[in-house]
Amino acid sequence: MAIKLPVYFDNHATTQVDPRVVDAMLPYFTDKFGNAASRNHEFGWKAEEAVENARGQIAKLINATPKEIVFTSGATESTNLAIKGVAEMYREKGNHIITQVTEHKATLDTCKRLEKYGYEVTYLPVEKDGRISLDDLRRAITPKTILISIMYANNEIGVLQPIAEIGKIAKEKGVFFHVDAVQAVGKIPVDVQREGIDLMSISGHKIYGPKGVGALYVRRKNPRVQLAAIIDGGGHERGMRSGTLNVPGIVGLGKACELCQNEMAAEAEKKSRLRDRLKESIMSRLDETYINGSTTHRLPNNINISFAYVEGESLLMGINDVAVSSGSACTSATLEPSYVLKALGVGEDLAHTSIRFGLGRFNTQEEVDYVADRVVETVSRLRELSPLYEMAKEGVDISKMKWVAASDSH
Amino acid sequence: MAYSDKVVDHYNNPRNVGSLDKKDPNVGTGLVGAPECGDVMKLQMKVNPDTRVIEEARFKTFGCGSAIASSSLATEWVKGKTVEEALAIKNTDIVRELSLPPVKIHCSVLAEDAIKAALGDWKKKQGEAEAKPAESATSAH
Repeated sequence: MAIKLPVYFDNHATTQVDPRVVDAMLPYFTDKFGNAASRNHEFGWKAEEAVENARGQIAKLINATPKEIVFTSGATESTNLAIKGVAEMYREKGNHIITQVTEHKATLDTCKRLEKYGYEVTYLPVEKDGRISLDDLRRAITPKTILISIMYANNEIGVLQPIAEIGKIAKEKGVFFHVDAVQAVGKIPVDVQREGIDLMSISGHKIYGPKGVGALYVRRKNPRVQLAAIIDGGGHERGMRSGTLNVPGIVGLGKACELCQNEMAAEAEKKSRLRDRLKESIMSRLDETYINGSTTHRLPNNINISFAYVEGESLLMGINDVAVSSGSACTSATLEPSYVLKALGVGEDLAHTSIRFGLGRFNTQEEVDYVADRVVETVSRLRELSPLYEMAKEGVDISKMKWVAASDSH
Repeated sequence: MAYSDKVVDHYNNPRNVGSLDKKDPNVGTGLVGAPECGDVMKLQMKVNPDTRVIEEARFKTFGCGSAIASSSLATEWVKGKTVEEALAIKNTDIVRELSLPPVKIHCSVLAEDAIKAALGDWKKKQGEAEAKPAESATSAH
């Protein structure tokens, strides 16, 4: 069976917009182009109705109420609004925020900025499996703590944090709990009531919706969360986020959530079957491959594997008709290997050899088999080229060797 | 990231991959880079002690496509050259030949280091004291 190349296995980065989402959006560019804030004519009413419908679709997916959904330009903005908004609003109460080291940069860099303004941030470490320790969390909470911000699922290794347990601790201590749920919403069941979540960031383009739109869930009761806005203006979104609403984007996000709601269970089952097939097919044929992160507390569509002795970028180059990501330094702008893998205690040597596979709604078994073959073939070829593989086969302990770096690098 | 055609060619068809007998007194071995940095190059050359001509060269590289291409190119260039001619190869020559972008210049530096380290090793084996292998690879990471 012919498959279409290149194969897309990078669904943690972004996803294809579902054609059904596109269909839902299109009328809002042309016929129904109104401004949702126009209160005195039909164009505005239609736009507002569509926005409210989307609010309902999103709320339903996460067991919230429509009024608790604030539309943003994406999850980075949602996370900025949640953290900075709480920090400013509750400054009198305290200045301490707790997060953890494998968070997305949207969270980490927001916290870093707040540190410059006098806030104190605790970055919890993670265990080898990528999860935080609840005891560490309990110990970190002080009377000054106003917010705990922990991601639902990690974008590199797909590891799920113990969200419900964290939510419980946050409630006990009277601390707000923000969750970056970008990778989890629409992929696995997320329930803000059951899990005690007070604020939650959602992205459109990770769930087969459009880019440039996201949402922040903001709890309205038990407890009510108030936010200081970071974007001021016309007072849209109950003053929390000014700016004319991106109606087509919002319609798309709503439709994407509705599709996830209806199809999540079957889709998760399929993706986890394909993911396991990919993992088995690769790992049964290659020695010295290692899974990064927990294998049990993990998104159904993610696998992150280190291929010892083969540098990630060269592997990507060999499988250039397959779209995946690497934790290798060479693929990052900073020339540092993945900070997420480092936090797990994965050695830098192995971090350079890691590949993230992110399966999505539109992937097929034929694609999985093709990718597995390409990976096995390329890793085998590159190992023949690898002095490290040769040394390991000769029984040399590479970790005990004294290495000298290039004259000018680093 | 777009690679130049020459980098892609060396990556797909690396020249002179393999190993020479490192115990052979006429074989110099250079091993430079570090796994934590994502680059390790092993370059070996067999030198005729009478003519000082490099008769064979082999490499193995752990690293990105540009690192593989730099070392593959280095083996091509040193073959048939004298030790002194090979030592005159500069990393900038490799950068130019492969059209390496600025972020990949360290790959060419590593290749130059590997040439110097291999020939340093050969000289040491030949009892020529003036070049030690440690001389080329300066700072530990």
